[in-house]
Amino acid sequence: MHVPPDHLFAALADPTRRGIFERLSRGGEQSVRALTAEAGVSQPAVSKHLGVLKKAGLVRDRRAGRETHYSANPKALAPLVAWLSFYAAFWSARLDKLEELLERMDQ
Amino acid sequence: MSETGTTRSLVFERQMKHPPEKVWRALTQSHLIAEWLMENDFVPKVGHRFTFRATPLPGWSGIANCEVLAVDPPHLLSYRWGDGTESASGLVTVVTWTLMPRDGGTLVRMEQSGFRTPDELAFKRMGKGWPRVLERLEDVVGRVDLDA
Repeated sequence: MHVPPDHLFAALADPTRRGIFERLSRGGEQSVRALTAEAGVSQPAVSKHLGVLKKAGLVRDRRAGRETHYSANPKALAPLVAWLSFYAAFWSARLDKLEELLERMDQ
Repeated sequence: MSETGTTRSLVFERQMKHPPEKVWRALTQSHLIAEWLMENDFVPKVGHRFTFRATPLPGWSGIANCEVLAVDPPHLLSYRWGDGTESASGLVTVVTWTLMPRDGGTLVRMEQSGFRTPDELAFKRMGKGWPRVLERLEDVVGRVDLDA
């Protein structure tokens, strides 16, 4: 049920897989054939990439007749978003901007 | 970074050479907030709901649905940051600004509280889907901290 972040990182480290995941995230459910047409690699290669994404929990599959359709599961990304460190960097930068703004403002 | 119970907080403190009243304006006037923080429809009124908008990230919509919790010019400003719908993690935090006059300027303190640990998040998500939790009872028992 819970995939260690390492698996997620590994699954998304490959640019072709990242591309497939992004297309599914934006475009909704798609068949392997449709994904192959866009991916620029062979159908077996796409299937293999989808297998890795599925193992990482990033995509779900659904059989429909002879075709398998895949959809993205963006919730699987949650462990990757390290909010504390994200906001630490965020506020540090924003406080710099706040001070710059105060310099520009009238009393 | 500090830890209280099961959540963590981020705290920033900065001495700024401007008076609290001026810092307060930068923190509470929508067009000024937009210049240093994010696009927003903030109004300094308790109970006012507003949004901050930024560029989306993977796992985050780029929007924070917020609500003003406390307004005490020019000392204290607090708002709920997010309502749990913006990211897959369901994060909801509280941002509190405290302005203290110091050395002719202001000691600005920002605290963002309510960061849950990953296990907490996992448990919360499970709580939304009891049938699935029961299906995976073993997994749940293995994961839940019984002391929590």
